[in-house]
Amino acid sequence: MRRVITGNQAVAYGVILSRVDVISAYPITPQTTIVEELSELIGSGRLNTRFLKVESEHSAMAALIGASTGGVRCFTATSSQGLAYMHEMLHWASGARLPIVLVNVNRALAPPWNIWSDQSDSLSQRDTGWIQLYCENNQEVLDTILQAYRIAEAVRLPVMVVLDAYVLSHTSEPVEIPTMEEADSFLPPYRPEHPLHTGQPEAFSMIATPEHFMEFRYKMQKAMEQVPAIAKTVDEEFRSRFGRGYGSIERYGEGEAEVLLITSGTVTSTSRIVIQRLMERGVSVAGIKVKRFRPFPSEEIYEEIRGAKKVAVIDRNLSAGVGGIFAQELRASLYSKEERPQVFGFVSGLGGRDITPELIEEAIRCTIEHHRPEEEILWLGLKR
Amino acid sequence: MRKTEIPVSENLGRGHLACAGCGAAVGMRLTLKALGEKTVMVFPASCWSIIPGFWPYSSLRIPVVHAGFVTGGSTASGVRAALDIRGDHEALVAVWAGDGGTFDIGIQALSGAAERNEDFIYICNDNEGYMNTGTQRSSATPLFAWTTTTPVTRPNENPKKDMMAIMADHHIPYAATATIAYPEDLLRKMEKAKRIRGTRFIHLLSPCPPGWRIPSERTIQVSRLAVRCRVFPLYEIENGISYTIQEQSRAVPVKEYLKLQGRFSHLTDQEIDRIQERVDDEWQHLLRKARC
Repeated sequence: MRRVITGNQAVAYGVILSRVDVISAYPITPQTTIVEELSELIGSGRLNTRFLKVESEHSAMAALIGASTGGVRCFTATSSQGLAYMHEMLHWASGARLPIVLVNVNRALAPPWNIWSDQSDSLSQRDTGWIQLYCENNQEVLDTILQAYRIAEAVRLPVMVVLDAYVLSHTSEPVEIPTMEEADSFLPPYRPEHPLHTGQPEAFSMIATPEHFMEFRYKMQKAMEQVPAIAKTVDEEFRSRFGRGYGSIERYGEGEAEVLLITSGTVTSTSRIVIQRLMERGVSVAGIKVKRFRPFPSEEIYEEIRGAKKVAVIDRNLSAGVGGIFAQELRASLYSKEERPQVFGFVSGLGGRDITPELIEEAIRCTIEHHRPEEEILWLGLKR
Repeated sequence: MRKTEIPVSENLGRGHLACAGCGAAVGMRLTLKALGEKTVMVFPASCWSIIPGFWPYSSLRIPVVHAGFVTGGSTASGVRAALDIRGDHEALVAVWAGDGGTFDIGIQALSGAAERNEDFIYICNDNEGYMNTGTQRSSATPLFAWTTTTPVTRPNENPKKDMMAIMADHHIPYAATATIAYPEDLLRKMEKAKRIRGTRFIHLLSPCPPGWRIPSERTIQVSRLAVRCRVFPLYEIENGISYTIQEQSRAVPVKEYLKLQGRFSHLTDQEIDRIQERVDDEWQHLLRKARC
């Protein structure tokens, strides 16, 4: 079935098709239409799901930690301040190795108050042990939720699916919606390895001394290291069933480009147009969309950029004191490599300012014209 | 003399790590006798995060879910939801939280769960301070008490928060106070709570020998005096309105209770009088509620 739906509606369809057992959520703009849509669907009897309308995001995640420990499939959605408020529980979910899926609609963190798109919320949770998947369009949002449960339940780590505020969350696009049967054949029911049972006196998330704690973290890291291979298999299977796949990264544009542009989220869609136009004018440029941020697809990106001299990264986020977070991850991943292109780190579009085709072209031209970046942070579209 | 009728079944095994004379250890033992083995217990951070033992050993013979400090009410809501989805309506979900996890940091999650009337028993093991971290003041610490953050030069200035009234105002089906000095009463209340659906709240006073500065053999005696001097009356509240007081015998002066505890050894006669006045006022207030 093909329907014209918003990104947030695509989230709701993804949740229905994943046959989620327990939802726990607290409203925050611009996530709200997700929980409204899900409430309607549960109310109409189309969803056999328990929806806990909790009093905070902290409790939303804590309730899912309880429910996931209880052995059922869980979902929540939030944004910005809500995600920040969940922070303690994000560590708890990954430490307890619970395959919870969370949708974060990217929104800037206050102050100043701002409800528009900015990836600083999800990226500031990068060290919480969650897999992070960024989406470019509404179809990808729906498809990624189905894939997220497969990955999460295979490696027993939680997954954050991320989409841009308004540009996706409140913008309608045609989306192919799989049937329940098709979704079921791709995503089987959740079978937890260690479900909670009375009569089985096990202790979950108990205290571990220095003698044992480190091994828990080692196993978590090993689980993260399994993600690239498992995500690839899941994506290939998805492509064979539905004809759509995304990879951890996607390269587009010229084959042997001198300059590569790295983006994530909806900026990629605009970049595709810009790069196409520049190629038509003879500019040697290609783009890379990064879908998976954590674990960072270092090897996949390196394979694509090793021949290039210069790489431009556009970050719609800021780690104050450092710069754009995708650029930092890329620089760190390149340090041990032999071929290290110059990395031009652009910061743009904070707090929902539009990253226009003109700004993207400016970033590419700046990268072409300079041998190396003149500053660690190259501000794009800043009013000076 | 009447023979007690305490079940012989044990769901607290050997090897737990509680201090000598710990009220919370006796409290847990009695509680589990009443709740039985088909119980899942959620532990937000408190002494009982430590007492069961370190990984991979647990001295509890029921499944337990350790949880974040804030999250007694919320984690238990999720556990209940999962068991319901799985069709396990027989399993009982209980929370065992400290006074810090109930009166202070966990009150939002508990209030949310109580307002939704989530189906679990919430036990507040009240030892009147942050004992697991070394006796710091909580909002359950009594007036003028010594703690490590309310030294005798500046003892606790605020009276204890009335948690039972807060829970009653959520109109939950059942709330009750209990202590280990009245085990039959404690068991009866736990068993009664077990038969009710919705949010049930048990406020359990648990003397802490190191934190209260009492000898370990005085735990039961101090618990009994807390009731008899009316510092901690035993009562039940049904549906937030119907009060029943269990122990109405003639009150012992509060001084008898205070003088056994090192945390009150700095008190002046004037301060003891002020505590007595408050206890008398609160008792009258409780009687008025019970008469309504």
